[in-house]
Amino acid sequence: MNNILFTILIYFGSLFAGFLGSLTGLGGGVIIVPMLTLLFNVDIHYAVGASLISVIATSSGAASAYVKEGYSNIRIGMFLEIATTIGAIAGAYLAGIAPANAIAIIFGFVLIYSASQSILSRKEENLVLTEDKIATKLKLNGSYPSGGEWKRYSMKNVPTGFGICTVAGVLSGLLGVGGGVVKVIAMNRIMKIPFKVSTTTSNFMIGVTAAASAGVYLKNGFINPSLVMPVMLGVLTGAFTGAKIIKHTPSKWLKILFGILVLFLAFEMIRNAVIGSV
Amino acid sequence: MNKELSHEEERKIEITLGNLLRVGVITAAVIVLAGGIIYLARYGFQLPHYSVFNGEPPNVKSLIAILKGVIELKSLSIIQLGILVLIATPVLRVFFSFVAFIYEKDLMYTFFTFIVLTVLIFSLMG
Repeated sequence: MNNILFTILIYFGSLFAGFLGSLTGLGGGVIIVPMLTLLFNVDIHYAVGASLISVIATSSGAASAYVKEGYSNIRIGMFLEIATTIGAIAGAYLAGIAPANAIAIIFGFVLIYSASQSILSRKEENLVLTEDKIATKLKLNGSYPSGGEWKRYSMKNVPTGFGICTVAGVLSGLLGVGGGVVKVIAMNRIMKIPFKVSTTTSNFMIGVTAAASAGVYLKNGFINPSLVMPVMLGVLTGAFTGAKIIKHTPSKWLKILFGILVLFLAFEMIRNAVIGSV
Repeated sequence: MNKELSHEEERKIEITLGNLLRVGVITAAVIVLAGGIIYLARYGFQLPHYSVFNGEPPNVKSLIAILKGVIELKSLSIIQLGILVLIATPVLRVFFSFVAFIYEKDLMYTFFTFIVLTVLIFSLMG
């Protein structure tokens, strides 16, 4: 197989990953790394590098669409980014010293977790109205559009949410994914921020978090230009096609189908790492 | 005194920034595509080499080396420049927020945004 054929195959694989990622809201990163390592026998360091770049592309590319809806909260995003960016740098350094199979095994477990979250898709919609002391001090309380008016919300457990966002950052830097699932858990499940606000703010944070790892990746030589090229262009094309085709939230069965695919990839990654072929 | 912006004003700024980000992503994609076409025209029939990690040569790892390569029309350097433009878009986004918080005289968030910017710059330069 020569470079031209390889590039074309990776482009279409990434297009598919970006498409599914945008339909299900899980992002392309979770399929890119298993696809590159399992299917194309790419070293996992190059795979996470290419994935991370595609994560920045989709996050930045989708930003304006999300902002228009009026849900994202810049202050929550900026405050939690202190945690995610510092975590991301730590994770990216860790990726530079961790052995390939260790990264693959952690990746597998994160995939299993993401897939189960996608299948179960539990949302917290209990609006917190009593103003939390810390949240008020940090000016995190906000309002979001609902039924033609702006509904105010507050939150809880700000320090715990901040801590979990650090973990989200570490995972993002270590595995080259957006870490959106963990960020949404921190905001929605822990801090009780409305679901729509959590997901859109998470998207805003993903690009910034990934940019923090990207510098370290670049210096570690994880960013292989000729490999990133088809991955980035493919994921972008796929993500935009996905966003154009489906305006409403994806059906339950699509999420379950995607969850099963991700579970399968997760077990394959762990199996390959254990038998030592990653 | 605080210059509190209304919802509509904040959203307008956000939408403009969102569109700027999209321009950044499109610019990056065009540069990457251009570099990719040159790369495939030159090395398209060679064999791919991604199964072993060898940490990429220095000429695609630092900004100055990448720019030097771009001037020499090296395909990989051009792709890498596109990737740098892409990485810069969220950083610019944070920078604009920094400016907006200064404008709003929001001291706390000017400080928070400054921390995030510092971390980003540390990662990219350090």
